[in-house]
Amino acid sequence: MRYLVSVIDDKSNPGSTDRGPAISEFNERLIAEGHWVFAGGLAGTDTATVVDNRGERAVFTDGPFVESKEYLAGVWVWEAPDLDVALELAAEASKVCDRKIEVRPFL
Amino acid sequence: MNDADAREAVTRAHREEWARVVATLARRFGDLDIAEEAAAEAFAAAVRRWPADGVPPSPGAWLTTTAGRKAIDRLRRESRRDDKHKEAQLVYGDAPPEPAGVIDDDRLRLIFTCCHPALAMEARVALTLRMVGGLTVPEIARAFLVRETALERRITRAKAKIKAARIPYRVPSAEDLPERVSGVLAVLYLVFNEGYLATGPGAGPVRQDLTAEAIRLTRLTRALLPDDGEVAGLLALMLLTEARRTARVSAGGELVTLAEQDRGAWDAALIAEGHRLVRERLAAAAAGTPPGRYQILAAINAVHTSARDIRDTDWSQILALYDQLARLDPAPIVALNRAVAVAELDGPQVALAEVDRLQDSLAGYHAYHATRADLLRRLGLSRQARAAYDRAIELAGNTAETAYLTRRRDQLR
Repeated sequence: MRYLVSVIDDKSNPGSTDRGPAISEFNERLIAEGHWVFAGGLAGTDTATVVDNRGERAVFTDGPFVESKEYLAGVWVWEAPDLDVALELAAEASKVCDRKIEVRPFL
Repeated sequence: MNDADAREAVTRAHREEWARVVATLARRFGDLDIAEEAAAEAFAAAVRRWPADGVPPSPGAWLTTTAGRKAIDRLRRESRRDDKHKEAQLVYGDAPPEPAGVIDDDRLRLIFTCCHPALAMEARVALTLRMVGGLTVPEIARAFLVRETALERRITRAKAKIKAARIPYRVPSAEDLPERVSGVLAVLYLVFNEGYLATGPGAGPVRQDLTAEAIRLTRLTRALLPDDGEVAGLLALMLLTEARRTARVSAGGELVTLAEQDRGAWDAALIAEGHRLVRERLAAAAAGTPPGRYQILAAINAVHTSARDIRDTDWSQILALYDQLARLDPAPIVALNRAVAVAELDGPQVALAEVDRLQDSLAGYHAYHATRADLLRRLGLSRQARAAYDRAIELAGNTAETAYLTRRRDQLR
């Protein structure tokens, strides 16, 4: 079972910026235990571009699709046998990243 | 066999076997939706067939087998529609029923799945009452004063999340067990309190269907987790509270306080059972297992129900128990209840000082104002007492409580 694990930061109350080494260490463990599929941190939401090509031609818009205080700061994709395993890892991830974590299953 | 006997047998089987049938099917087919639907169809079949065919010698086995066939029928129908469907699910279809021990574990799995912390509290409550309790959607909707369509959606959404996010169908590991049990107990206590402290326009002061169902489900949990002290504590707490139910509301629909209740009207059997459980937990505490909050609350209720008259109440014992509870759970509401015992021991003036300190956290809670009102009344401060009663009446949602507070306020001079 695959889960999308989103790291959520808060513009008005951001998590600490010195989490890099701890996250690397956590990633090593995810790999060793067979949970790691993918991981990546994201550049700020002001670097996003929204593309809408549902009409006659593509329209490009600067900025994220939704402006909000909370935003997606990074993602993992994990392999886990069930939600309990994923939630336990996510609880650790939240500590490691000093940020909130959303766990969502892939179809 | 006459129809009435058969109907009675179906009702009894529903009460005793529903959770087992759903739980067994949920494990076998890995799908709560299929389990629920097939169980409901099996009970419908029993209603049709038992009057004519007679009640089978083992109703539970008959229902489980019948429900299993219904589930396979549904899976076959769906697999015809959807050829990606895994035939593997059908392989074990006609497997014989599991031995009793395993089936009991299934019910426990079912309880833990329905009370999973990844589900919203209201979804956990609805799912537990439907899947474990066997209440129908209209029954649950009526009990919680929500629309049937809204409740149906809540249950459907919860089942879909369990499936899509793969919430596991198993008893948590020993390490996670205490926390997960406390999650289950929170659901059961909420159901009980919703019955005991019923709120809402048109709601009777006590909804016995909910208190009875909460006790039944807690008894089941206790049977499945006999060594868990908090499960025993919650059951004792419910029994000792339920024992006073009829004495707690007057014929005129007004709340009767503990001090004014007719103690002869308390249910002696429930009290005896509750006291037995509390004694069992006291022995465990003496042996070094520290009690959790439900056990302490049960002990407080045991002290109250041991007194033949309010004047015989061992208030210092009650205060000691509240001190113990406050160390475990320093919530303002615990401090509020503790102050009631303080009033009995050190007088209303001392208690009022303690209650007033809670204003910031409890100003929106009717019991805070009701407690203050009573202390002010005892101190002869009528004007302030009246204002406190006014506020309590405004905030109280329970009809019996409102009636009581109103009379008390109007008696002030």
